[in-house]
Amino acid sequence: MEWRPKIIVFTCNWCSYAGADLAGVSRLQMPPDFRIIRVMCSARVDPEFVLRAFQRGADGVMVAGCHPGDCHYIGGNYRTRRRMALLKLLLQQFGLNPKRFRLEWISAGEGQKFAEVIREFVDEIKKLGPSPYRQIKKEVRKHG
Amino acid sequence: MAKKKITLALKRGASCVGCDIAVVNFSEKLFELLEIADVVFSPTLIDVKYKDLEAMPDKSITIGLYHGAVRNSENAHLAEVMRKKCQVLIAYGACAHMGGIPGLANVSNREKIFETVYKKTFSTENPEGVYPQTEWKDEKGRTLTLPEFFDEVYALDDIVDVDYYVPACPPTHKMNMQILELIKAWVEGKAELPPKGTVIAEEKTLCDECPRNPGKEKNIKVDRIRYISEVNPDPDKCFLEQGILCLGPATRAGCGAPCIEANMPCRGCMGPTSRVMDQGGSMLSAIASILGIREDEIEISEEEIEKLVSQIKDPLGCFYRFSLPRSLLRRVVEDRR
Repeated sequence: MEWRPKIIVFTCNWCSYAGADLAGVSRLQMPPDFRIIRVMCSARVDPEFVLRAFQRGADGVMVAGCHPGDCHYIGGNYRTRRRMALLKLLLQQFGLNPKRFRLEWISAGEGQKFAEVIREFVDEIKKLGPSPYRQIKKEVRKHG
Repeated sequence: MAKKKITLALKRGASCVGCDIAVVNFSEKLFELLEIADVVFSPTLIDVKYKDLEAMPDKSITIGLYHGAVRNSENAHLAEVMRKKCQVLIAYGACAHMGGIPGLANVSNREKIFETVYKKTFSTENPEGVYPQTEWKDEKGRTLTLPEFFDEVYALDDIVDVDYYVPACPPTHKMNMQILELIKAWVEGKAELPPKGTVIAEEKTLCDECPRNPGKEKNIKVDRIRYISEVNPDPDKCFLEQGILCLGPATRAGCGAPCIEANMPCRGCMGPTSRVMDQGGSMLSAIASILGIREDEIEISEEEIEKLVSQIKDPLGCFYRFSLPRSLLRRVVEDRR
């Protein structure tokens, strides 16, 4: 059977989720390898969530929010972009290919962009193959 | 009625023995401890051998303190023996609790460590590429053995069931007193032991007990990162406000902030609080959220943000200094480029 990646996409309620929704209702074709988790704001995505996703075997993680300046909560995504930029450096230190993690700004009107980003991301992850954290021996532990 | 004395065992794994010294840091209260407890096993303090511990009946020791991480099969074996012989097993100190400084070896693996140590170091001459073997027979047929070096470092509870955790590197006098009170009350029948899995410290973060915390009056902002080696820190001002990385916001309180008092920022040896999954992720979030916030935020480009956060050199080493083996990702991997 062909290997299919598991991709987690965090979308903010006000822009990116609506963008994803628009992509859906516009019947834009996207590979079905991603799972959306809707949060109220991209700043709600604690870096721990991303680390947890990789720990649990995600092959790629994307965080999507409103464009800078458009945040529903005024300054949420300003925090997000700092955290995610630093998180990217951290993930690189953990040995992951930085392409496995993505931060995108997608507004409610950008259904087209959402579909394109997803297609591109899934393609990239398919080229990279399964995340090395999938191979790590899975032992029973507290936060497992 | 005179109570029978309880028994204590101290065993170390991959540790610097600082935690044995920390037990001496009970100072004059050590006598109070020795009034209620006999030390029956402690290779650092008394002349005992592993076989003495192995020969003791199961559950015959009341309280066992294990300090140090689990680096090799000897550590793992002794952790299992301790678990069998002790009624209560305490992971004592940062290494047993979260992997500690030895846990930073998880940025590498066995192969790479052996290569560095037995091949690449300047003073090493090893033309045949000999690595340590777990078993070797000499010409007379006698077998010599060495413990197996694991591929990664584990915290104690990755290997065995642990009853309580005492964090910090090393546990401070204040924390020792907390343990003493708990044991005393229990031995005298005044109180039960805390629920299993309790971390014997506070539930809040270090900032909560920090004498410098200005957070109650204003928001803390960091304009840029400065390293402790570059500046002479103001002894009254919050370290983060001075741009110095201090792990207080992501670290459990209970140590009494001795580093802060000595004008050094927190390095996070107490581990995270119970409310978060990952100390590094928690600290990363805290520092990134207050770094270089400006009025004209909309003007800041993504490249500038990258520059801003790359002022933090070695986020992994800074944020997971004591907790890498117990972090979510646990160890560094190799990915396809």
